[in-house]
Amino acid sequence: MKKVLTNRFLIENSHTLKVYREHGGYQSIDKLFATKPADIIEEVKRSGLRGRGGAGFPAGMKWSFIPKGGDKPVYLCVNADESEPGTFKDRYLLEKDPHQLIEGIIICAYGVGCHHAYIYIRGEFDLAYRRIQEAVDEAYAQGVIGETVLGKEYKLDITVHRGAGAYICGEETALLESLEGKRGNPRIKPPFPAIVGLFNSPTVINNVETLSALPFIMNKGAEAYRQWGTDKSPGTKLFCVSGHVNKPGVYELPLGYPLKDLIEKECGGVAGTGRLKAVVTGGSSVPVLTAEEAYSARLDYEALMEKGTMLGSGGVIVMDDSVDMLWALRNLAYFYAHESCGQCTPCREGSGWTYKILDRIYREGGSEKDLDLLLEIADNMVGRTICVLADALAMPVKSYITKFREDFVKNL
Amino acid sequence: MSFTFNEKNLKKCDAILKCYPNKQAALLPVLWLAQKQQGYLPLDAQEYVAQLLDLSPVHVYGVTTFYTMFKTKPVGKYHLQLCRTLSCALVGMENIGHHLKEKYQLEHDSVSKDGRFSLELVECLGSCGSGPALMVNDSLVEHLTIEKLDKLMEKLKKD
Ligand SMILES: Cc1cc2nc3c(=O)[nH]c(=O)nc-3n(C[C@H](O)[C@H](O)[C@H](O)COP(=O)(O)O)c2cc1C
Ligand code: SF4
Ligand code: FES
Repeated sequence: MKKVLTNRFLIENSHTLKVYREHGGYQSIDKLFATKPADIIEEVKRSGLRGRGGAGFPAGMKWSFIPKGGDKPVYLCVNADESEPGTFKDRYLLEKDPHQLIEGIIICAYGVGCHHAYIYIRGEFDLAYRRIQEAVDEAYAQGVIGETVLGKEYKLDITVHRGAGAYICGEETALLESLEGKRGNPRIKPPFPAIVGLFNSPTVINNVETLSALPFIMNKGAEAYRQWGTDKSPGTKLFCVSGHVNKPGVYELPLGYPLKDLIEKECGGVAGTGRLKAVVTGGSSVPVLTAEEAYSARLDYEALMEKGTMLGSGGVIVMDDSVDMLWALRNLAYFYAHESCGQCTPCREGSGWTYKILDRIYREGGSEKDLDLLLEIADNMVGRTICVLADALAMPVKSYITKFREDFVKNL
Repeated sequence: MSFTFNEKNLKKCDAILKCYPNKQAALLPVLWLAQKQQGYLPLDAQEYVAQLLDLSPVHVYGVTTFYTMFKTKPVGKYHLQLCRTLSCALVGMENIGHHLKEKYQLEHDSVSKDGRFSLELVECLGSCGSGPALMVNDSLVEHLTIEKLDKLMEKLKKD
């Protein structure tokens, strides 16, 4: 299948400007600058492209919130913080096709009137960091960006900014704080970043995968993008499969693809015991599915919502029937307790106690009351905090305990 | 002796400052530079960076202690970061953690007596499909096994 995002992944030296150009790279620039910015936004709206960082917000609509003709500069922040457990797609986009991202940044920047974009990349990335930095340097050296964009009268700077180890900095307002040289504490919204974002200026924040789809949409048009996916979830998506499958990895598939086929056809089936127990579909923060639910699920925003879960980041974690779900939830609770920024009491205390209680049940046992307490804590974490990290733990807690209660009861 | 940037890093620092509309925004990249020069961020390095960027030392200290990759204490010559999160745990990370403890006496947040190795159990490294994942200083090791780890440790011991 001809695809949107991964067409060049197997080509040697796909990360270099030369190879990118030989394979259709930067071809959208002429058309881009011959089109009005407002029409670019309309085209992206028509494509139905939705944010691939987790929330699935329509990209064109987000751009249209940027005020026109203000006196403040407009910023674009590229979210390359990729830290959601089970997610490793942006890393491949950065390693294998960094110029595709840069072309996407040019398209978005022109659309919203931005002249300085920052790529916020997680500090642990090694090759991905070197590749994107080299690509930006090469783009400057060859006049792709800088004083002009390939000779078009448009100034565009791109700065790669390294994080330093903090999951929370993937949350968009924490990312802004971090970029401003502060602790990564999420901001209270409103005001939304489109109005008051980076350096108090209007700001667009988009995920690496979202922006990487733009060159295709510019070149081939919104309709071509819609040949894949469903009406409400058009296009393709990268799915990162980890855990108990025979061929883990990143797969580009049309949205709406059956989860069963992803596991059995693409990934060569369930590994380990060979029998499926549970699947997480959108990174560790979304409710878990039982094997039965998973086998009838389709991978798009609406279909997964109907199953009571989410598409999230596309991080698919597969667990065979040897997995103790108490052990798995305890592992995740530790993650969220460790990563909570600590500003909100329900999140800071809730995540800490959730881990401590799960750890005690795991090591020493407990009573039914402990399970009720865990569910009550989870209820008190939802919808009461500055960002949704608290919900991101509460949802697994509720779904693991209600769907796999026997795994918890066996330890009591 | 108190910390100062060497000639080369002072130049780099100037280049970094040009990328941001104010000095504070350069804090993370400048701290990275200081950590690279010194191996970690002792208080005098943090104070130096504060002065350089017109920030209060307490602001800088607040930042260095927020981010797990900024080290306020020295780490080993080889700093090992083993991912402990779910996808890696599903494919055998716990055995590797156990082995590091039994065979090499390395536990979370510990430094070996000779200062050669330190270990940190860290959260998801973005290599979930090729776990267990381990970072050795800046380099990533994927599909880690006990045999692979033993070979690696032998090599690093001799360096
Ligand atoms: C706790 C938390 C962590 C997040 N981590 C990431 C991340 O690592 N990468 C990312 O792109 N979005 C992440 N997000 C989502 C961002 O806040 C934001 O919605 C996204 O970057 C917007 O880009 P998009 O519309 O292109 O998806 C996170 C959100 C939360 C609440
Ligand atoms: S919900 Fe948690 S991570 Fe988010 S702002 Fe509050 S304390 Fe910080
Ligand atoms: S869980 Fe270990 S790299 Fe993601």
